[in-house]
Amino acid sequence: MISYFERLGESALNIFEKLGRGHLFLLHVLSGVPGVLWRFSLVIQQLYAVGVLSLLIIGVAGFFVGMVLGLQGYNTLIDFGAEESLGVVVALTLVRELGPVVSALLFAGRAGSALTAEIGLMKATEQLSAMEMMAVDPLHRVIAPRLLAGIIAVPFLAALFSAIGVLGGYFVGVGLVGVDEGTFWSQMQDNVDLYDDVLNGVIKSVVFGIVVTWIAVFEGYDTVPTSEGVSRATTRTVVHGSLAVLGLDFVLTALMFGE
Amino acid sequence: MQQSKMVQMWVGIFVAIGIASLFMLAMKVSNISAFADTEGYELTLNFSNIGGLKVRSPVTMAGVVIGRVSEIGFDKEIYEAEVKVKIENRYDNIPEDTSASIFTSGLLGEQYIGLEPGGSDTFLKEGDRFKLTQSAVVLEQLIGQFLVSKASE
Repeated sequence: MISYFERLGESALNIFEKLGRGHLFLLHVLSGVPGVLWRFSLVIQQLYAVGVLSLLIIGVAGFFVGMVLGLQGYNTLIDFGAEESLGVVVALTLVRELGPVVSALLFAGRAGSALTAEIGLMKATEQLSAMEMMAVDPLHRVIAPRLLAGIIAVPFLAALFSAIGVLGGYFVGVGLVGVDEGTFWSQMQDNVDLYDDVLNGVIKSVVFGIVVTWIAVFEGYDTVPTSEGVSRATTRTVVHGSLAVLGLDFVLTALMFGE
Repeated sequence: MQQSKMVQMWVGIFVAIGIASLFMLAMKVSNISAFADTEGYELTLNFSNIGGLKVRSPVTMAGVVIGRVSEIGFDKEIYEAEVKVKIENRYDNIPEDTSASIFTSGLLGEQYIGLEPGGSDTFLKEGDRFKLTQSAVVLEQLIGQFLVSKASE
């Protein structure tokens, strides 16, 4: 019985310990970001890995999400004779919520897991220790470019997701079910605000980019250096990253769109 | 070296796509867009009340969209709204005694301008003004009138 409580307390302490480690880790990495800016080719290499290689999944997912929004929105709005508002519904849903959130979730699955596995294996094969032996700080040389690349890539991916999603909604709404084209765009333009909606969506995706990439690189760096440890860390990246995105989304929405 | 050139190019493409999407969201989706000009000629209408009419609202004749609202202004001389519409060039035979009204599509839908053709042989040209216009129906006024007529019964 006592040992049960012991284990409970230990796991609670472990959580706090990890939380603290994570934040110290982030501070340490951020201190290396200015240095990385002088060697931007490192970041470009990572942008290719996390950004360019995610383009396909983001584009396809965005298009289908937009098409579903167009179809569902139309089926719902037609009951109220308000199918002219389809453009508004599709655009606001994408720009405010689905663009940043879904692209961050996909990013966690597509790029975050890869980051964790890569860094975890670097640790397991003692490449990181080898760097330390050569007086190269692995947090600055390996982690900082990846973090920076993630922060740059996610807003672009979210914007692409929203833009393609709007086109998908347009394709279904105007092309297939026959909402008037001009009404679709004009209602959208009248009701979507550049600052309140588009800019807030971009801010959201920047925050998600920081959080998801941070979790990914930290889990990789903090992994137990065995093959099982790496696999667990990869799972945790996707689970924690997705949960963090969804939780933060509520907070950010309340801050941005609440009156 | 070849490898890194490819990587750089792809990252360049990635960033360009990202910026293009942001640009599209800003210009095409949100409200600062510069409207694409379609070929057409411009006519002017005066209304005493345009209701919820907006720029780019459709202009229809017999239910078919033949043009769009291009500009909405206020004429301070006669205290009326001045609406400029752009009609597609192929519909160049709108009689000059055509009447224009603002209708609502559906109960809560968007407002549009409906044209009812007249019988004249002379047609409206670029810059001409409609003589017969009918304002938007404002729901509150309608309810008010209904209440007044009920009360007087």
